[in-house]
Amino acid sequence: MSEKKNLDSDVFRANVMEKYPPKVMKKRGKQFIVREESPDQTIQANVRTVPGIITQRGCCYAGCKGVVLGPTRDIINLTHGPIGCGYYSWLTRRNQTRAGDSPDGDNYMTYCFSTDMQDQNIVFGGEKLLRQAIQEAYDTFHPKAIAIFSTCPVGLIGDDIHAVAKEMKEKFGDCNVFGFSCEGYKGVSQSAGHHIANNQIFKHVVGTSEEGRKGKYKINLLGEYNIGGDAFVIENLLERCGITLVATYSGNSSIDHFAASHTADLNAIMCYRSINYVAEMMETKYGIPWVKINFIGAKATAKSLRKIAEYFEDPELMKRVEEVIEEEMAGVESVIEEIRPRTEGKTSMMFVGGSRAHHYQELFRELGMTTIAAGYEFGHRDDYEGRRVLPTIKVDADSRNIEELKVEADPEKFNPRKTEEQMAALQAKGYEFKDYEGMLPDMEKGSFMIDDISHFEMEKLIEEYRPSIFCAGIKEKYSVQKMGVPMKQLHSYDYGGPFAGFAGAINWYREIDRAVNSKVWKLIGAPWEKSNTLHGSFVNK
Amino acid sequence: MRKIAIYGKGGIGKSTTTQNTVAGLAELGKKVMVVGCDPKADSTRLLLGGLAQKTVLDTLREEGEDVELDDIMKTGFGNTSCTESGGPEPGVGCAGRGIITSINMLEQLGAYDDDKELDYAFYDVLGDVVCGGFAMPIRDGKAQEIYIVVSGEMMAMYAANNICKGIVKYADAGGVRLGGLICNSRKVDNERAMIEELAKRLGTQMIHFVPRDNMVQKAEIHRKTVIDYEPSHTQADEYRSLASKIDANEMFVVPNPLEIEELESLLIDFGIAN
Repeated sequence: MSEKKNLDSDVFRANVMEKYPPKVMKKRGKQFIVREESPDQTIQANVRTVPGIITQRGCCYAGCKGVVLGPTRDIINLTHGPIGCGYYSWLTRRNQTRAGDSPDGDNYMTYCFSTDMQDQNIVFGGEKLLRQAIQEAYDTFHPKAIAIFSTCPVGLIGDDIHAVAKEMKEKFGDCNVFGFSCEGYKGVSQSAGHHIANNQIFKHVVGTSEEGRKGKYKINLLGEYNIGGDAFVIENLLERCGITLVATYSGNSSIDHFAASHTADLNAIMCYRSINYVAEMMETKYGIPWVKINFIGAKATAKSLRKIAEYFEDPELMKRVEEVIEEEMAGVESVIEEIRPRTEGKTSMMFVGGSRAHHYQELFRELGMTTIAAGYEFGHRDDYEGRRVLPTIKVDADSRNIEELKVEADPEKFNPRKTEEQMAALQAKGYEFKDYEGMLPDMEKGSFMIDDISHFEMEKLIEEYRPSIFCAGIKEKYSVQKMGVPMKQLHSYDYGGPFAGFAGAINWYREIDRAVNSKVWKLIGAPWEKSNTLHGSFVNK
Repeated sequence: MRKIAIYGKGGIGKSTTTQNTVAGLAELGKKVMVVGCDPKADSTRLLLGGLAQKTVLDTLREEGEDVELDDIMKTGFGNTSCTESGGPEPGVGCAGRGIITSINMLEQLGAYDDDKELDYAFYDVLGDVVCGGFAMPIRDGKAQEIYIVVSGEMMAMYAANNICKGIVKYADAGGVRLGGLICNSRKVDNERAMIEELAKRLGTQMIHFVPRDNMVQKAEIHRKTVIDYEPSHTQADEYRSLASKIDANEMFVVPNPLEIEELESLLIDFGIAN
């Protein structure tokens, strides 16, 4: 687009780093890398943010309540804390849900539940207030479950939310009450909250019911949060293939699904970062293998459906999957054919999540676009470099602060879905269990991978390389647009979506086409910034 | 108005010393307010003749927004104004935040206003300054003078030295100064000389040596200060003397806290560690 030749990546990196004080430079240097010829590179991730860099990151509570538990309709998610934490995490992620099967729908997502702590509750302790709030929620709604989320002050004053939860659960008898010690200050980002959410769901919910959906090919979909209706698209696809979805963690979900999710025969992971813990623990305790899949991008969706079908090793299922793919791909291809000439050769930058900055590269590739810079907000090294680096990841004090559950095979319910021989046979055919290669191998040589990007780095990247589109979150949106670059939010999808599966891919192609080819971005910038200032003088009388 | 905070190791006799001294000041015709900053709310018992009063935080909790100064301020011996911050039961909530809340509340309600014509406001603070809340009384704009109650026992001296470290911190930011050490005798050998030496090394003074006397206990059992209970007793004169010395005090310093080795050698030099 621009006629000027872009700076060599290494020179650009050096120029940016040079602006930092030595200590910051040392740290950012390890988190800001240029893709080399060989993908055997290391990037530093999941470490404390340098104060003042204007990070994209959120807090532990956001990761626990907002991301993982937020999308479930029939758990009353009660924030124990001052009202702001509850209020600002109320429906902000655009997780969609259908109402439940019961006559009143059991959908509490549109409500905001908070204990609304006041000064006096901080001073005298908030347990009494919490007990009252739980009772009130129970009396009003008679929910199946109430989940309590700790905010920062609760951790400081030491309210024992778990004791209150236990007491109320016993008192009610017909309502599961459990707590999450997800005080905002824990860990280095929202990633800590994901882990805490996984632990508690696993401890208090998974395996508590045998009333799961019945079917021949039963799977759980992990790390799909139904933003903009993504899960609806995937549900539809799976249904047409004849695959039974026992539980989705946690888009369009019910606590009943989680409770019986141990009856599924395969865990398919979308967002590896936020939910891999549950998959690991379910494998150990119940013998359910997990695979990494990705329903973002038409080709990736096809590949993922095939991967699920191959697992069940049933020709009939494989045939049905192929039929669905064929049906869908025809529509996809005609749209790509129409749009691609307008998007070919354009560039993108993505700084978001712990998976999305990787997954969405698929969709751009299908439009002939290149991702020239990408990074995660709260990813770990394995999200960049793949699970092969797991043994070499240093567990620092911040991560040690988060509980690691000790899980063992369940004496009654452990049931390996495949024997070791069957697994080995599949692997011999190139089938990958519990594997994720990370973002790094998919990036092009000379592209940037930047963990926990700073605002300064973001502005410099945009100034120098002028991407055709920039993807991040609401905090970045308007700074980017004011620089004259279209911006797509990949947390909330702005007002759009779904973007998953084949139907979602088509939505995406059309939306990106509109964004990158809109002339409006050339109009950004005030007239006096573009042309010389007019000079004048008063006429002498 | 002079605002004074009394600190010292737990159990050293801060509340007893404070109230007896306040009684002495009241006798001198001074108008004094005592703000108890201990969740146990026992800093005004001797002046009020009992623990009956409602604390600031209890009142705030029960009355909500409609709190009047009269609800939380009671008049005690010698026309002293007495108030207790109060706080949570041990093991719950945040007592430190409670102190902050209640001192702010007192300010909002005008407890320190000119029309109260106070000569002194005394803050009696929990022994261990465990968090920021307990340092509230010495933050900027609050108490400018601190007296540390100490004895010749090692841990009491150790605590006094630690409190001095806190004072240094707040002295930089605000205007708080150390007015002296009050030795509340435990009848340790060489106690007077040792505390005088400690005071000297800290750069301050031992403002008064209060001898140990059972009369203090006796008065306390009757919920009274010595001056109130037995005005003619020699111990009452000791507190009168301490009150006058505080009233006349002009030595306010930023202390030089001792290194732990120096503190220990002090104990050895004065024979207690032998």
